[in-house]
Amino acid sequence: MEITAIYYLIPSLIMFCCGVYGFITRKNMIAMLISLELMLNAVDVNFVVFNRFLFPGQMEGMFFTLFAIAIAAAETALAIAIIINIFRSTKNVDVSGLNEMKF
Amino acid sequence: MESVGSIITYVIVVLAMIVFSVLAVTTRKILRAATYLLFTLFAAAAIYFMLDYEFLGAVQIAVYAGGIVVLFVFSILLTSKPGDNSEKLTSKSRVLGLIASVAMLGVAGWALISRCANFTARPQMEAPLMSDLGTALMGTGAGQYLLPFEAVSVLLLACIIGGVVIARRR
Repeated sequence: MEITAIYYLIPSLIMFCCGVYGFITRKNMIAMLISLELMLNAVDVNFVVFNRFLFPGQMEGMFFTLFAIAIAAAETALAIAIIINIFRSTKNVDVSGLNEMKF
Repeated sequence: MESVGSIITYVIVVLAMIVFSVLAVTTRKILRAATYLLFTLFAAAAIYFMLDYEFLGAVQIAVYAGGIVVLFVFSILLTSKPGDNSEKLTSKSRVLGLIASVAMLGVAGWALISRCANFTARPQMEAPLMSDLGTALMGTGAGQYLLPFEAVSVLLLACIIGGVVIARRR
């Protein structure tokens, strides 16, 4: 059995779809953020797989993943700061209960 | 032709990745979701190791498992009581999510599988050396990444300041 690129792309696609499902169904903001991380990570795996199978010896996909990881870390830290701030003022992290600034 | 050992490793890693990512979005305890996310990230790091990108796997473990998941666990413990269940899903949102994700799985999966013949076996590659990585990260020539590196460092600084300003108690 040869393990070609498709054997890595399909699992990462499933991971991405799990992220989409979680992002739509979850109400807790931290759980939504976890789903977002799943999606980001699936894309990172895709970059690496395409780099390894189509352009071995070059490092573009690898560096793209490296920078994506750094940006994901920054984004998560900021999002969690915002969530904690919201929790402090409303005692609630469910998106369905957050409509204070909406109207 | 792959060796039997690498096929077994591949099956274990991929199964772990799929099962834990499904569990991470379906479990009702939020702390468990964070734990399953951790295992999914470990599986992704194992995939990077299997594809000969050792440095990337190490970065994945250090940044994601060491940094982001710890942030998640802290913020979960700050914002919810341990043992809390999230409320039951309404069937409407569940159906909506299932439709979106299954439609996406179908379309993208069909697009991938219909081009499956273009994918060949894994070509030979030497794992990139640390010196190659360093020169590529610090150089200014073609295919070198000094500018994004500096941009990311400025971004992280802005992120630190923003995090302090946003989460500070007024």
